[in-house]
Amino acid sequence: MKFGVIRFPGSCDDVDALQAAQRVGGAVLLWHADRDLQGVDAVIVPGGFSYGDYLRAGAIARFAPVMEEVAEFAREGGLVLGVCNGFQVLCEAGLLPGALLPNVSLKFVFRQVELEVTNADTPFTRACARGERLSIPVKHTTGRYYAPPDQLDWLEAEDRVLLRYASGHNPNGSLRDIAGVCNEAGNVFGLMPHPEHAVDALTGSTDGLKIFESIRADVADRGLLRVASSPAVR
Amino acid sequence: MMSGSVPPPLTTSRHRALGLTDYEYELIVEHLGCDPGEVELAMLSLMWSEHCAYKHSRRLLSRLPTSGPHVLLGPGENAGAVDVGGGLAVAFKVESHNHPSAVEPFQGAATGVGGILRDVFAVGARPIAVLDSLRFGEPAISERSLYLLERAVAGIGHYGNSIGVPTVGGEIYFEQSYEQNCLVNAMCLGLAPRERLIRSAAAGPGNVLMLLGALTGRDGIGGASVLASAELGEEDEAKRPSVQIGDPFSEKKLLECCLELLDRDLLTSLQDLGAAGLTSAASEMASKGAVGIDVDVSRVPLRERGMEPFEIMISESQERMLCVVEPERVAAVMDVCERWEVLATPIGSVTSEDRLRVLHHGTVVADLPVHVLVDDCPLYDLEPIQPAIEAYPAPTPLLRGGETPAQTLLALLRSPNICSRRPVFEQYDAIVQSRTVRRPDEADAAVLALPDGSALAVSIDGNGRRVACDPRRGAAEAVYECAANLACVGAEPLGLTNCLNFGNPEKPHVAWQLSEAVDGLAEACGALGIPVVGGNVSLYNEAPGGPIFPTPVVGIVGKLPDASRVGRLGFRDEGDAIALVGEFEPSLAGSELGKLLGRPLRGPLPPVKANAVRDAREAVRDGIRTEALKNAHDISEGGVAVALAECCVAGGIGARVQLPADLELFAEALGCAYIVSGAEEAVARIGTVIGRVGGSELEIEGQLNVALSDLGEARARGLVEFV
Repeated sequence: MKFGVIRFPGSCDDVDALQAAQRVGGAVLLWHADRDLQGVDAVIVPGGFSYGDYLRAGAIARFAPVMEEVAEFAREGGLVLGVCNGFQVLCEAGLLPGALLPNVSLKFVFRQVELEVTNADTPFTRACARGERLSIPVKHTTGRYYAPPDQLDWLEAEDRVLLRYASGHNPNGSLRDIAGVCNEAGNVFGLMPHPEHAVDALTGSTDGLKIFESIRADVADRGLLRVASSPAVR
Repeated sequence: MMSGSVPPPLTTSRHRALGLTDYEYELIVEHLGCDPGEVELAMLSLMWSEHCAYKHSRRLLSRLPTSGPHVLLGPGENAGAVDVGGGLAVAFKVESHNHPSAVEPFQGAATGVGGILRDVFAVGARPIAVLDSLRFGEPAISERSLYLLERAVAGIGHYGNSIGVPTVGGEIYFEQSYEQNCLVNAMCLGLAPRERLIRSAAAGPGNVLMLLGALTGRDGIGGASVLASAELGEEDEAKRPSVQIGDPFSEKKLLECCLELLDRDLLTSLQDLGAAGLTSAASEMASKGAVGIDVDVSRVPLRERGMEPFEIMISESQERMLCVVEPERVAAVMDVCERWEVLATPIGSVTSEDRLRVLHHGTVVADLPVHVLVDDCPLYDLEPIQPAIEAYPAPTPLLRGGETPAQTLLALLRSPNICSRRPVFEQYDAIVQSRTVRRPDEADAAVLALPDGSALAVSIDGNGRRVACDPRRGAAEAVYECAANLACVGAEPLGLTNCLNFGNPEKPHVAWQLSEAVDGLAEACGALGIPVVGGNVSLYNEAPGGPIFPTPVVGIVGKLPDASRVGRLGFRDEGDAIALVGEFEPSLAGSELGKLLGRPLRGPLPPVKANAVRDAREAVRDGIRTEALKNAHDISEGGVAVALAECCVAGGIGARVQLPADLELFAEALGCAYIVSGAEEAVARIGTVIGRVGGSELEIEGQLNVALSDLGEARARGLVEFV
C-alpha cells in the first residue's frame, strides 16, 4: 500500500501526513508541478497554506499540474483524502460539494475537538463504528462548511456527511456541524480536522489513525478484488 | 576615497538627522581620512546605530557567561546553538520587534516572527517552534492596548501558522508602563544535524555573493528616512511606510529552499537580511570571514523603480537571504531556487581586501573598510545612578484590601497577568511538525519530541514589574523561574537566550536598571551553570510618560531523556499527596496582589539561596523523570494559593491543604518553590507534605474554600472579554 502526499509550495502538514500514513503503509511526497502520481494507491492533499492562500483558500492549488492527475485518479475511483487546506482545495477543484468559509470568529482556531462518526460504512471511516467519538485537533481560519440547504439535505440523505463536530465542539460555525463530507462516488473525502495530528498518544490522541487504517484496509480489499477479478487469476 | 560621481557636499545636520553624534561623525572622518559619501554615510549611520553596534550594551553583555559543555554557536552568530545529542543541534534566539509593533502591530509582530525564523534557518536549522513574549498597557482601561494585543496576536499567528512552525508557548503581561511602548519579543528554536550548522563568515575571494528571496523595495527605510525625503533626493517621492510587510509564503519557500541548498552542501556561508538590510548582512559576513565584499546594487532585483543605491543598501525588505557560493556551484544553486520558485541573483563577490564596496552600473558609490563598519563604532560606558525614589508611579488600586482570601484568590485568577491565555494561544497552531508533547496550558514548559525518544523543553519568562522593583533580583528571578518551568517537565537547561528591553540607557536610572539587571542575569546563569548563547537588546523604549519597566526576557532550552516521562501542570489522582518543595521567603514586594492593592513598586525582592534553588530544581526534575511525581508546578505570580488553584483547574480535581503558618497565601518569590503531587512517600522525600488531591473544591484550611468550577471560571474569563 502506497500513499502519496501532495506537496504544494506553502503546504505545512505535508510531512505530518506523510509520517502518519507511514504508520500504516508506505508513503511518498508528490511534487505539485509534476504530473505524476508515482503509482500510489491513495492520495492525500494535506493542510497548510498552498501558494500562500492569499486569494482564497485552495483557489490557486486547484490549478496545479498535479491536481489534473488527482482529478483523473479520483474519476477512476482512486481514494483521495483532503485535510484542512486539502479539503478546501478539493472543494475548489469541484471534487467535493460545498465550500469552506471563514470561521464565524474570523480568527484562526486551534483546538482539540470531539467528532462523531456519522457514517462508518465508507473507505475512510470503515475502521470506526457509527456514532463513535474521535478526539482530533482542528486548526484553521477558513473552516466553516457551507452548502445551500437543499444540497445539505441531499448530502445527508445520501449519508455523505461522514463526520460531525460533537455537540458543543463546532469550532467554526459549520452548517449542521459538518466536519467532513465525501463525493457522490464515495472515494473522495475532505475534512477540516487533522487526523494526521492524532496518530500518537505522545503528541495527543490516536483516534486519527483510524482514518488511515480505514484507507489501508479499503485499498487492501480492492487489491484482493482486483486479483480475484483479473483474467490471469481466473 | 571614491571614484565616479561625486555626491553633494554634506552638511553637519545630516549625520545628526541620521542619529550619529558629532563625536561619532568626527571619528568616522578620522577613520576614513575624508568625509563619507552619501551612500557611505547611510551605511555607517545604521551600522553605528544602537541596534547594530550595541554601543551602549556591548560592554555590559560581556559580563554574561557564554561557555558551556553543550555550546556549539555562541553570541555573535545569527543564532546560538547547543548540542542536544543524537547528532543534533538546536539553534535558538529571541529578538524584539517592539517599535514596528507599536506602529503597526499586525505587520510588526508578523515580521518579528519572520525575522527570528530567518535568524534560525540562517545557521542551517529547521525552525521547529516559536514562542512569544508580549507586553501591553492595561487592557481594562486602554482601547489602544486592546487593539495592539489583538493585532499583534493575529500577526504572530498569521506568520507562524502560515509557515508551518508551531507557536508552542509564550507569556503576556499588562502594565501601564507599556501603554506607549508595547513589547513584542519572538523566540525561535531550530533543529539541525550538528554537521549542517553553518556560519555566516564569508570565505574564498572570487566566490559569488548571491541574494535569495524577495524583491527589494523601499520598506523599512525608517531610520534613514531623512535620506529618502524630498530635501535630499532629486525626486519628490512620497514617504513610504517604514514598517516592513511580511509574506510568510515567500519565507516558507525561502526556508525550504535554503535548507535544501544546505542539504546539498552548495553554500559556503549564509546570512539573513534583517535590520540595515544588505549593508549589515554583507559587512557582517565580510568581517567574520576577514575578507572583503563587492556588492553591485544595479543587479539587485527591485520591487519599485528609481531606487537610489543607498536605499537598496539599507532596505529592510523581508524574506531575503544572502549567501556565498563557489562559482562552479552557482548553476546548481539556481536550479534548486527555481524549483522552489525563489529568486536567486548573483549580486557581487568576495574579495581579499578589507573593504565593502558598493557598485552601481560600474561606478563605485561606496568603498569602506569593513572594520570601520563593524568594529570601530565607539562603545560607551553607562553612567548608572540608582534613583532615590521609585521610578514608576504606584498602580491604581483595584482591591480595597478588606477582601476575604477567597475573594482575593478569584480576583488574582481573573487578573489579566495570571488568567488563562487560551483566547490567545488558540489562535496559534501549536502542533504542526508533530513534535509537540506538551501544548500550552498542559505544563509549565513546552515539550517537543526528538527522533531518538528524548525531548526538548523550552520556556520564556520575564516579569518587568519585579525588575522595576529590584532590577538585580528581578532579572535573576527570570532565570530561576524559567529554569523552574523546565524542571517541572523534567528538563535540564542547556542554554539561554535573552532580550533586554529597556528605556533610554543614556539616562542614569535606566543605565542603573540595565547594569543591575545584567548582573542579576549573570549571577543566576552562573549559579545554575547555564550559558548565554545569544540574544538581543532593545533600548530607548520610552514615551513622554517615561521608560517601560526594565524587561529582561529570558528563554531557556533544555533537554529531558524520555519524551514519555514528562511533567504536567494538573493534579491527577484522588488521594495523591501534595507537597511543597523548595525554600523561599515570599513577600508582597512586586507581587500581583501588591499591584491590585496599589502598592508602590518598591524592593527589595526576597533574597534567593542559590543552593536551595538548585537542590529543589533537581529534586523536581528527577521526580518527574522517574515518574515519582504526577504533577509539578512552580509557584510564581499570585503565590502558593494561585499555584494550587492552577494545579486544580488544569487537573479538573480539587485539593485540601494546610499551609505552614508563616506562608502568606499570595506572597511571591519566583523560581524557588514548587507544588508537586504523587504517592506520599515519594513527595515526602523531596518536600513538605501539605495535603491531598481530591474533591471538587480547593480548601486551604482556615483560609479559603472555593469550588473548582469558580476557580476555572475566574481563570478562563480573564482575557475572554479582551481578545
